[in-house]
Amino acid sequence: MSERVFVAMSGGVDSSVAAAILADQGHDVVGVWMRLTTATTASDAPRCCGTDEAGEEARRAAAHLGIPFYALDYAEIFGREVIDRFVESYASGATPNPCVACNAYVKFEALLRDVVAKFGAERIATGHYARVRRDEGGRWRLLRARDAAKDQSYALYMLRQRELARTVFPIGELAAKEETRALAATYGLPNARKAESMDICFVPGDHRDLVRQRAPAAFVPGPIERADGRVVGTHQGVGGLTVGQRRGVGVAEGERLYVLRLDLGRNAAVVGTRDEVTTRAYALGGISFTAGTPPAARFASSAAVRYRGSPIPCEVEVDGDGDGAVLRLAEPALVAPGQAAVLYAGDEVIGGGTVRQALAA
Amino acid sequence: MIRRTYLDHAATTPVDPEVAEAMARVLRDVPGNPSSVYAEGRRARSLVDEARAQVAAAIGADPAEIVFTSGGTEADNLALRGVLTAREGEADGLVVTTIEHHAVLDTAEDLERHGRARVTRVPVDRDGLVDPAAVARAIDARTALVSIMHANNEIGTIEPIEEIGAVCRAQGVTFHTDAVQSVGILPFDVRSLPVDLVSVNAHKFYGPKGVGALYARRGTRCATVQTGGGQEKGRRTGTENVPGIVALGVAMRIASERRERDARRLAALRDRIVAGVRERVPDAILTGHATRRLPNNASFCFPGTQGESLVVALDLEGIAASSGSACASGSTEPSHVLTAIGLDREIAQGSLRLTVGRDTTDADVDRLLETLPAIVARLRAASRETVSAAP
Repeated sequence: MSERVFVAMSGGVDSSVAAAILADQGHDVVGVWMRLTTATTASDAPRCCGTDEAGEEARRAAAHLGIPFYALDYAEIFGREVIDRFVESYASGATPNPCVACNAYVKFEALLRDVVAKFGAERIATGHYARVRRDEGGRWRLLRARDAAKDQSYALYMLRQRELARTVFPIGELAAKEETRALAATYGLPNARKAESMDICFVPGDHRDLVRQRAPAAFVPGPIERADGRVVGTHQGVGGLTVGQRRGVGVAEGERLYVLRLDLGRNAAVVGTRDEVTTRAYALGGISFTAGTPPAARFASSAAVRYRGSPIPCEVEVDGDGDGAVLRLAEPALVAPGQAAVLYAGDEVIGGGTVRQALAA
Repeated sequence: MIRRTYLDHAATTPVDPEVAEAMARVLRDVPGNPSSVYAEGRRARSLVDEARAQVAAAIGADPAEIVFTSGGTEADNLALRGVLTAREGEADGLVVTTIEHHAVLDTAEDLERHGRARVTRVPVDRDGLVDPAAVARAIDARTALVSIMHANNEIGTIEPIEEIGAVCRAQGVTFHTDAVQSVGILPFDVRSLPVDLVSVNAHKFYGPKGVGALYARRGTRCATVQTGGGQEKGRRTGTENVPGIVALGVAMRIASERRERDARRLAALRDRIVAGVRERVPDAILTGHATRRLPNNASFCFPGTQGESLVVALDLEGIAASSGSACASGSTEPSHVLTAIGLDREIAQGSLRLTVGRDTTDADVDRLLETLPAIVARLRAASRETVSAAP
């Protein structure tokens, strides 16, 4: 009997093509759409991949491919592990990456566990642009997509051997995004020409509105200062600010100013020029390695510190307890707490962690 | 394609071949509009009349008391909205139970929200039974309508509609019953049952989807909901669905002919399911009344599972069943019926409804009993598995 693969279908073209490729290869493919927010009939509902309209798109694509399809409810865990964390993170002056949280807690945890343990699936597939390989030694490796411009391996760094052994990324093997579109047309998928999803899937408009509504305490105006303490303006609350942000901070100086850090204790935002960015070292938390363990207690690597960011050569020193690490970048970089620092060795993701704070060292 | 075992006859039934043939004949050979005066129209009209007589005969009614609708939901809407509209200004009370179908519950809520009805929702006991005395207490001087289902669609409990009807009669209140789940399965005769309005739906007894009827006892005050050309004596205007109506009539006639024999056979299959499931999954909870239940309904809760997962896992093994708590859109809110009979939210989430029908065989039951216990065990094990720490 062929291998049963559950494909997480968002309703978009990428995951639909992923399902089509697997079905074409003769796998026993089952489509699953994850409801991520509570059902709503409002017409201005968020255009999240986990909302009803997207579910209909996914259902139509699955029907077109002739594969079984189920809508499963993950709204509770998504609300708790993704949306709540997102709000808390912004409210505490950090900049979360909700895609990382969704992959970590929802797709490759709750969904993967369900399809394997409950529904007899051997593997899970998604429409992510990344690749999984097994080396001669039997170790599973996570690689960048063949199309580097579309690569999404950054948001998958938390996958370890257990998950990688059960994961397929069919479209990560394609040479380019155009190939995905072309395949969608070849397979006659109804969503072949659908626009790509952007932004934060569960927020219909400005994410700051959500944070403001859920965490009003983070929207108390406070001073905008230069590094020397000189007040140059007033911000509308740290919940709406991001380290590294340049526009819309609330200050009009002659030079280009970035948010260098947020001082929650004083409700202050410190801004400065590019030249004032001197931080090279960051403390990481919640570190994870695809191999299961770090290559060494101290090792050289390169780190992407934002989605689609170019990796910067670095050195990593893992804490004794194995949960945290110190990241020392070869050049200064402005990294917002809450962002993922993803460690690469060439095209391979070896792991990563969440940036907790800048270090003086 | 793997062999399928269909155990969701409460959701819908396969169309009887004789019904399909009758319907196809109309589609092919009867082009007329029943309202037209010429031969084609007269032909269509006579077929509608014949179907009306068949439906009436099956429930002991007069043909003039049958109003064709697009199905059970429309029949329920017509009954509730029609009576409340007809009694506007003199009576506005509407009494329902907490376990009605959404076609009744949501209509009641809508009428309430628009200030057109005062709604009283009578609770049920742990078996899903309504106490006629509680209905009596819920009725007041301005009650226009009592609407209580004959048999529950999720748990199969059969309500004491004779006693409830008697209570309504004694108080001079109109009584509607949604008999969508029971007509065609249980004996139903309006000459002995004190009911004024009855909803039926063809696809629950091997007819097509999209056609049903409302029985309205002569003299019952029920206004129209739609306005238009005045068909169905103005009670349900709109050009008649002639093929559907013909099919409803044939399905009704066949159901009457087969009912006693079918009911015995269905009850035997259901009893095998209930006994077999209880033997293999000792902590399974049979929901609904132990004996006062539809002969085709076996419904359970399996603690430690989710109905949504049960349905998916069964489907992947070739078995079609449904859960009170799951729907195609992937929402896992527990069913209002299961919470109304006092089940904990968590228990109610593990619900599964198995409903047998004419095409169900002992082999189907065997297959279910071979498959289901392993699925329940697997889901329980999966739910117990701890979530590993993610970053």
